[in-house]
Amino acid sequence: MRRAELTTAILLAVFSIYLMWKSAELPIGWIPDEGPGGGAFSFWLAAVMLGSCIWIIINWFRRSSPPSQSSEPFMDSFAIKKFVLVGSGVTVMIGLIHVLGVFGALPIFIIYYVRFLGRHSWTTTLAIALAAPVIVFFFFDVALRIIMPKGYLEFLFLPLYDIFL
Amino acid sequence: MEILQHLFDGFLIAFQPLNIGLVVLGVIVGLFIGAMPGLGSVNGVAILVPMTFLVPPTAAIIFLAAIYYGAMYGGAISSVMLGIPGASTAVATTFDGRPLALKGLADKALLGAAVASFFGGTLSVILFTGFAPPLADVALSFGDPEIFALMLLAFATFVGLGGDDIPKTIFSIAIGLVLSSVGFDYISGEPRLLLFGLDGFLNQINFLVLAIGIYGIGEMLWTIEVSRGDSMMSKAVITVDRMWGNAKELLGTWKVAVTSSLLGFFVGILPAAGATPGSLMAYGVAKMTHKNSENFGKGEVAGVVAPEAANNAASTGSMLPMLTLGIPGSPTTAILLGAMVIWGITPGPTLFVDQPELVWGLTASLYVANLFALLANVFMIPIFLWVLRMPFTILAPVIFVLSVIGGYAATLRLFDVWLMLIFGVGGYLLRKLDYPLAPAVLAIVLGPIAEPKLRQSLIISDGDISIFITRPISGTITVIALLLILLPLFKLIRDRLRQKASSTA
Repeated sequence: MRRAELTTAILLAVFSIYLMWKSAELPIGWIPDEGPGGGAFSFWLAAVMLGSCIWIIINWFRRSSPPSQSSEPFMDSFAIKKFVLVGSGVTVMIGLIHVLGVFGALPIFIIYYVRFLGRHSWTTTLAIALAAPVIVFFFFDVALRIIMPKGYLEFLFLPLYDIFL
Repeated sequence: MEILQHLFDGFLIAFQPLNIGLVVLGVIVGLFIGAMPGLGSVNGVAILVPMTFLVPPTAAIIFLAAIYYGAMYGGAISSVMLGIPGASTAVATTFDGRPLALKGLADKALLGAAVASFFGGTLSVILFTGFAPPLADVALSFGDPEIFALMLLAFATFVGLGGDDIPKTIFSIAIGLVLSSVGFDYISGEPRLLLFGLDGFLNQINFLVLAIGIYGIGEMLWTIEVSRGDSMMSKAVITVDRMWGNAKELLGTWKVAVTSSLLGFFVGILPAAGATPGSLMAYGVAKMTHKNSENFGKGEVAGVVAPEAANNAASTGSMLPMLTLGIPGSPTTAILLGAMVIWGITPGPTLFVDQPELVWGLTASLYVANLFALLANVFMIPIFLWVLRMPFTILAPVIFVLSVIGGYAATLRLFDVWLMLIFGVGGYLLRKLDYPLAPAVLAIVLGPIAEPKLRQSLIISDGDISIFITRPISGTITVIALLLILLPLFKLIRDRLRQKASSTA
């Protein structure tokens, strides 16, 4: 936990400096008759972020914040395993949306999660995996006219568009 | 009397078929969301905002408010039956609700929670009806410096009263505001903070991307880690006879209900506080003042009444500053406020003039939502108990899917879905290190309003920041805000002095 606290604070401090540098691409000073420049707001707030990080690091050295006193691991093996399994599942799902679209990616993700992580029966798994895309299609594509990305499966939906849209 | 007339008009709007239907649906969805461990009002509202594009804004906000209400009722169900708070707002309900359930008195705890929620909710809506119009009248005269000072006050309450690590709270506020300024500078029109040169950052970061990331994806990752083992469900015996006896006993707790509701309402108005601290404070006060204080924590029904009355009262309280001042009183109302901006409605005092049907329809719907939530809660308890058996390995993927779909629907950009994933994972990791995340969500909602107010104020004063101090109203608010920011410092100095005194003595 102690190491994670310090590493995070340093990374966030670096990110703050990056944000300050990025903000400074626009004027950050006072422009006569126009008020503060476009970058001023974010520049000074990023400076506040940097200040907070330095404060967090000082607290780390003084051991005055709970995570800087804790000797527990930041993530134990259970947490890391779950985080990797679930996190990569969601990441792959979003990645697959680019290729197979929402209606290809959702069932794959649900089968992965419900069947392989949750160890539920195939009946339960398939019921959810098939119901979810149908509900999403009728709610978003048909009712709301928010067209979900279809990736390379777009052609399969052309007949459905003709009927419902 | 004018207020009663407005309220009557509001009821006519609330009873329109679409609106009343959405109140009923919202309450049921909210009860469900509240009852599921790991999901609270803020998660439900954040994930479901994209679904409300289907209906007009008034109906949408009525629906979301009903979810907010239902979740406050529902949180108690899993606190009592599973011993796991259904939402952070129901943490205090476990203190006495769980012992009651273990004694075989789950029905008493559930009824107590439902009735107390109704009492707290209704009393606070009455207070809301009385307070909101005059406050909005006053707020109508506010100029840019006053509104900016109010926002400063909202952030200051997080620092002074939030109770989280101070530098981490400030960091959270600042990063939320910086993220809100990504996109373009609205005065010069030039691109701003085009991070890592990615074109996706040419657009503003929609607050929903952050909110769904944190409250959908981040919350699920968090719950998966925290809820390791399976929980034990208590049994509830429900008969008419027992209900009658329980109801009579509940009458004896009215004093606790009144004080807790008032406390909850006023705590709810404060931006940093919201329903969670409100309910914890009410529990503490009830424990201190109740005649059976030694029974608290062992299964005292007053210990269920206090937090449940308070969390419902607080959720109404938090709507007061949102509607009258445009400053949300809780993370959930921050999301409601952001949603209003998406629908093209300007939150704040002008709502009472420009959108009376929205304000009064919403107010009236709160009365209806409370009544319906009470009925649903009492009569549908068996259904919720059945639903609570739903394994988390089914709920979690459904929430992930809803988050991803909702995130896409909000902006129609897959780039934002990736961003949402990053916010979710980042939020989860930061939360493990005690970084509070609610301030960041509030900040990304308020940022696009705060920055123009600040810049316009500075243009008016020609760069002199004393404008925030010299005008009477903004001056008062700014001074209070500065005091709140310095509050932790005062505490630190006091503690040091005490330490010195005790070490020399």
